[in-house]
Amino acid sequence: MNHLRGVYTIWYRDILRFWHDRMRLVGSITFPLLFLFVFGSGLSARMGVLGPGVDFTQFIFPGIIGMTVLMSSFMAGVSVVWDREFGFLKEVLVAPISRAAVAAGKTLGSATIALLQGMVILLFAPLIGVSLSVGTVLTLLPLMFLLAVSLGSLGVLMATRIRSMEAFQAAMQMLMFPMVFLSGAFFPVQGLPTWMNVLVKVNPATYGITPIRQVVLGADPSSPYAISLFGQTLTIWNEVAMLAIFGITMILLAIWSFGNQE
Amino acid sequence: MNDHIIKVENLVKRFGKLVAVDNISFSVAAGEIFGLLGPNGAGKTTTINILCTLTRPTSGQATIAGLDVVRQQSQVRRLIGLVFQDPSLDERLSGLQNLRFHGLVYGVPAAVREPRMEQLLRMVELWDKRHHKVQTYSGGMKRRLELARGLLHHPKVLFLDEPTLGLDPQTRNRIWEYILELREREGTTIFLTTHYMDEAEKADRIAIIDYGKLIAMDTPEKLKKMVGRDIISVKTDDNDKASTEIKLRYQIEARYDGDGLSFEVANGEEFLPTFLKEFGTRILRVSLRRPSLDDVFLKLTGREIREEEVSDTFRAMIRQHGRRMRR
Repeated sequence: MNHLRGVYTIWYRDILRFWHDRMRLVGSITFPLLFLFVFGSGLSARMGVLGPGVDFTQFIFPGIIGMTVLMSSFMAGVSVVWDREFGFLKEVLVAPISRAAVAAGKTLGSATIALLQGMVILLFAPLIGVSLSVGTVLTLLPLMFLLAVSLGSLGVLMATRIRSMEAFQAAMQMLMFPMVFLSGAFFPVQGLPTWMNVLVKVNPATYGITPIRQVVLGADPSSPYAISLFGQTLTIWNEVAMLAIFGITMILLAIWSFGNQE
Repeated sequence: MNDHIIKVENLVKRFGKLVAVDNISFSVAAGEIFGLLGPNGAGKTTTINILCTLTRPTSGQATIAGLDVVRQQSQVRRLIGLVFQDPSLDERLSGLQNLRFHGLVYGVPAAVREPRMEQLLRMVELWDKRHHKVQTYSGGMKRRLELARGLLHHPKVLFLDEPTLGLDPQTRNRIWEYILELREREGTTIFLTTHYMDEAEKADRIAIIDYGKLIAMDTPEKLKKMVGRDIISVKTDDNDKASTEIKLRYQIEARYDGDGLSFEVANGEEFLPTFLKEFGTRILRVSLRRPSLDDVFLKLTGREIREEEVSDTFRAMIRQHGRRMRR
């Protein structure tokens, strides 16, 4: 009960701050939309068809959703570093709520915001000729949320060890962009050079973005959207399980690390 | 419950080789204003951090209302309120929202919280500004808001770590009015650290800490008596003659001090009327000075407490900067 109240309060504050700062929403979707419309439209004609009746813009659409969620969920870490810099973290750390609740609240707060931003991107589907049914959207939400929570806890974990804003931002860029580029967000992951194939397969974001694409564009195992590991083609459930294992590990590490800081 | 709300026994905190707190013991009675006085780096903040569960002691024990600060952390946290040296507010939220967050985290029911928020904000004169973002508050307003926040959950003990550091004298006086009013109205025990001597005088009892050790603990009055005696400064039409006469009459050696004389007596208030009667119109100027806590500290350590003090705002600036660099 005590824990739940703590998680809720921490979550509530982050949502409140986001609400005060709605411009952040506009800012955070500008970049993905640029990618989708400028990059997508620019290359679509030359790339031809990347799946059954799917052009380049439509192909990267699920990738853009994943990218938006991923980048925004990292903000959980930024907000921890920010709170520490401005002293507010102290108010939270002396409160009669557990450190675990604080870590969980931070992760869930940023995951909620990430989900919201991902949903805004979903609204652009009709503009690029992707039709989404209610069922599809309802399937996408938990997938996006899982991705957001997993990477949000990674952000919180990093924030317990990296204490300056500058260093955190540098570390985040170093991690975030390779994670996006090597996740198959922008190109099919079949027939890649070996080094790249290895990086794509060890990248947790791959297992968050691939299922989103399969739900949006089709989950046929023989489709070009599927990925295989050790010669086995993975089902959506396999991918979700891999991401969930990563996510749970990160949450536990984040909670442990958060509780251990003075 | 016992009378002592805070009990500290043989508390030690080491950071590597540095002994920040060196085997200190003391207790604080419920409803008391207790001041921990010492120069910067003496161990004041470390002591407060241990008492409010932020730092674990290396050895020794500390309890608040009988609860151990290490083993019963979350119960202790519920009982205490804190105002830190550095601001710890969410600047993007309004004053009211900061208080509400605090109430939520401490589990204060809404029916108690909302009226209490109004009462406290009125007390610290921020009710009119309650919807403004904290960003727009001045340093003094922020400190007042933190004071109100620290009281929201009806703490038994309020810890104030240098509550008036970097504030202008007017605001400092205001903060003190609230503190005294609070003790009057709610009977809250107040534990504060300071390196301002005049501020420490307002406490019921003071402990003086230097290099991590407690070197004295008593009421301000008794501490000052310990240094000794009142100082009388006098200027007469003929100082040499007066000096001889003082020696003859009272067996006191007077010192030349500027253009006058000064000497020490046991009880200045009783001495002065007789002295005035006997010397009458020969006196051009006379003053009585009671020993201050500065004199106490000087006597105990051979140093002035504020000698290393550059300026508080400058120090606060350095700290802000240093914190960024360090972390």
